[in-house]
Amino acid sequence: MTELSTLTVAGSVAGAAYLVAALLFILSLAGLSKHETARAGVGYGIAGMVIALVATVWATLAGAWGTVSVTTGLILLVVAVLVGGAIGLWRARVVAMTGMPELIALLHSFVGLAAVLVGWNGALEESEMSGALLDIHHAEVFIGVFIGAVTFTGSIVAFLKLSARMKSAPLMLPGKNALNLGALVAFVGLTVWYVITPELWLLVVVTVLALLLGWHLVASIGGGDMPVVISMLNSYSGWAAAAAGFLLNNDLLIITGALVGSSGAYLSYIMCKAMNRSFISVIAGGFGIAAPSSSGEVEGEVRELDAEAAAALLRDASSVVITPGYGMAVAQAQYPVAELTSRLRERGVKVRFGIHPVAGRLPGHMNVLLAEAKVPYDIVEEMDEINDDLAETDVVLVIGANDTVNPAAAQDPGSPIAGMPVLRVWEAGNVVVFKRSMSAGYAGVANPLFTRDNAQMLFGDAKQRVEDILRAL
Amino acid sequence: MTRIGVVTEQPPETRVAATPATVKQLIALGYEVAVEAAAGEASAFLDEAYRDAGATIVAGAEALASEIVLKVNAPTDAEVAALRPGTTVIGLLAPAFSAELLERLAAAGVTAIAMDAVPRISRAQSMDVLSSMANIAGYRAVVEAAHEFGRFFTGQVTAAGKVPPAKVLVAGAGVAGLAAIGAASSLGAIVRATDPRPEVADQVKSIGGEYLKVEVEVEQSTDGYAKATSEAYDRRAAEIYSEQAADVDIIITTALIPGRPAPKLITAADVASMRSGSVIVDMAAGMGGNVEGSVAGERIVTPNGVVILGYTDLASRLPTQASQLYGTNIVNLLKLLTPGKDGELVLDFDDVVQRAVTVARGGEVTWPPPPVQVSAAPAAGAPVAAPAEPAAPKAPMSAAKKALLVAIGVAALFLVNAVAPPPLPQHFTVLMLAVVVGFYVIGKVAHALHTPLMSVTNAISGIIIVGAMVQITSDVLVVQILAAVAVLLASINVFGGFAVTRRMLAMFSVGAPPAGAAAKTDRAGTDGKAGA
Repeated sequence: MTELSTLTVAGSVAGAAYLVAALLFILSLAGLSKHETARAGVGYGIAGMVIALVATVWATLAGAWGTVSVTTGLILLVVAVLVGGAIGLWRARVVAMTGMPELIALLHSFVGLAAVLVGWNGALEESEMSGALLDIHHAEVFIGVFIGAVTFTGSIVAFLKLSARMKSAPLMLPGKNALNLGALVAFVGLTVWYVITPELWLLVVVTVLALLLGWHLVASIGGGDMPVVISMLNSYSGWAAAAAGFLLNNDLLIITGALVGSSGAYLSYIMCKAMNRSFISVIAGGFGIAAPSSSGEVEGEVRELDAEAAAALLRDASSVVITPGYGMAVAQAQYPVAELTSRLRERGVKVRFGIHPVAGRLPGHMNVLLAEAKVPYDIVEEMDEINDDLAETDVVLVIGANDTVNPAAAQDPGSPIAGMPVLRVWEAGNVVVFKRSMSAGYAGVANPLFTRDNAQMLFGDAKQRVEDILRAL
Repeated sequence: MTRIGVVTEQPPETRVAATPATVKQLIALGYEVAVEAAAGEASAFLDEAYRDAGATIVAGAEALASEIVLKVNAPTDAEVAALRPGTTVIGLLAPAFSAELLERLAAAGVTAIAMDAVPRISRAQSMDVLSSMANIAGYRAVVEAAHEFGRFFTGQVTAAGKVPPAKVLVAGAGVAGLAAIGAASSLGAIVRATDPRPEVADQVKSIGGEYLKVEVEVEQSTDGYAKATSEAYDRRAAEIYSEQAADVDIIITTALIPGRPAPKLITAADVASMRSGSVIVDMAAGMGGNVEGSVAGERIVTPNGVVILGYTDLASRLPTQASQLYGTNIVNLLKLLTPGKDGELVLDFDDVVQRAVTVARGGEVTWPPPPVQVSAAPAAGAPVAAPAEPAAPKAPMSAAKKALLVAIGVAALFLVNAVAPPPLPQHFTVLMLAVVVGFYVIGKVAHALHTPLMSVTNAISGIIIVGAMVQITSDVLVVQILAAVAVLLASINVFGGFAVTRRMLAMFSVGAPPAGAAAKTDRAGTDGKAGA
């Protein structure tokens, strides 16, 4: 077989393998939509990735086996994959489920950075193209680097905010919308310039610009919107891959990137809808700008109870709903909560969980934590499923949730979170709120729930308090 | 001094726009009141009583020549012709259904105020004619039913035998429905009520009724959240009506949807299943009726002996009470329009109530009004377009605008694909198709799986590794090194993402925890971390 035919065969085999891989990725995402098929979905994803990688390695090496650059490349490749894979597997093994949001944010940043590097390589390598194709190539480099860099710093900021290494309050630069818009306009201008005169310093400028934009974009979004931000960054990382696909003429990258991009965008949209927020304004950091008109101090008497009294309430109850929030994750209270659940169920109490769509810092965060603690998922219900039953519930335990159970959202049109669907826990017979202090929730809005006649506060660390109740039972 | 004229209504209308009691209040606002002779007769208010209250009794033409003319129903053609330009006429004008009348009133230079256009906001409740009339109509519906019904409402045990109580079903627990529930239960009947809004259950209970909830099984909808489908709901509701029709003696229907024909709730089959002597009062008969076979304004007896009353003038059948409440609604409106209490009528178009009720002014038709902002937040700018919908917090993008955006998008794509050189159009095709697939493929994701889905997409987006691999064999050393770094980063993603997803999925369980060594080791790892 001649050199040339080997190359062609390798190319077409790689193309076929890419098609198979792309289909497997689609199956993977589809599988992940249902509990029954979720594990198979991961299997499809892994299979698709293996096929894609093997095909790529073969196609790349088959053409020019034996040359120096290929040998160095192969060594570098093996080392990089081994090191990267080891790091990835290690992190995935040790991460606590409460730390999942940070990990995912960090992983997004890697994709972003990789996309920047691929883009830079595209510029550094000699291109054999000419004319219009070369111009397009230059534009593709720019777009790829831009999206990648925005994803990179955006994810880094999200990671810092989630891991509390950075204040979660939104950054308020004057004229921030103008800054974002200006950055976009500058990007378009620079792209045109670069297409006309491809100078390296322009690429540096645009990289820095995109890094700053990504930073600013996420820094100006409040912590309460983090679930949306994470899934938005997920979407961006997909687009970054798709842009790289254009740059490298690689359909697999385009398909996979677009899959991830559009599914991530749709997921963010679902979540925005659940919070009654405008998708655009969350992306542009619009939430929280309006001066909160009625977020003053909570008026009225707050009643406190102790663990024994709470245990007595639970003992007499016939139905209990637990509504967890980020506070449960912080306190690592999911195990005692699961223990409490099974204890109550043994006594014949009907226990269910009410999960707000944006509880926690990641979409589905609470479900993951409860699953970790072996709470059966058929008693874990969504807000819409459980809201109408709350009025007939004897006791609601609010564990580390605040904004998602705030009556102001439903009843005070002047509240900054007005109109956001919330769990109507205040309709239940008794509400026990587990809280560390009287401070406001992530949205910075006072919660009139705490002063309701049927609400009582159980102050302290959620994990310890739940354990106290367990002892008292 | 401004004079208010009160005109006699045309038969069969029995109400009048002012009573002696309200005349006194009008005079206290600084107005002079002229009442047409015998205007209140049908409502049992005699001229004598008006005169004692301070009004002058005048001929019809003179009353119509006043600066302000109070009416109950819309003015007739002859009355419109008799109005002088500059007159203010107040009445039930039904502006949504009488465009022609509004044109004529505007052409006559008349300011027209429609009492039935009062917005439903708390401040305007004291002027809300629709509520006050619905209240009367609901009561009267029960009285009419009792009149037709051949038995007691209340159950009794007498020397002559035991009498079972009547069973009444009220469909719709709005103002009229609640009034009917109250009236029927105070007569001693067993009252049940239906309404699509579950929140009225307490109101129904508070006045003696039993609320029949439409219970529907929730189904998983496309966005992953549980919602009752309206189809299942309608089916169950229809079943409830059929069950009830066979059981109850009296049905009173009050269901109206603003701006649309009344929904059909009781079918002919339901009516046929009722016992002979049963009574149905269809309060929505004027809007098409809730009951199959009802005729607006008529009393119908079905072959199986069920009486269906389709009266549309229930409020007028209680004229004294209706006139008193209507008159008071007008007084309350005039209080708003007479801020100086000096008999000077002032219309302030910045006030939503005054803007809403004014349907013609200065030769122009001013209906429909701009939507009322229900929320307390001030509007950023007065909305220009004025659809008659209730105000949403944020106006959704108009269909035209949406279509335009879509058209621009399609055109842009078309141009890109048509103009771009060879490899690009193919890539765009692939990109677009993949976008659509991505959108649909996760359309039904279960909420609990959001996190695993995200981490798996994260792993998949590590596909960027392919891009870096292609570059790693480059001749340029810098490129090779950068590509190696990219491969390293992306492989963290690929391996980490898949591993963490597997770990998460291993934890999801129904009932019993799943067996498996993988899950066990994972637990141990996490516990160690959690304990630290």
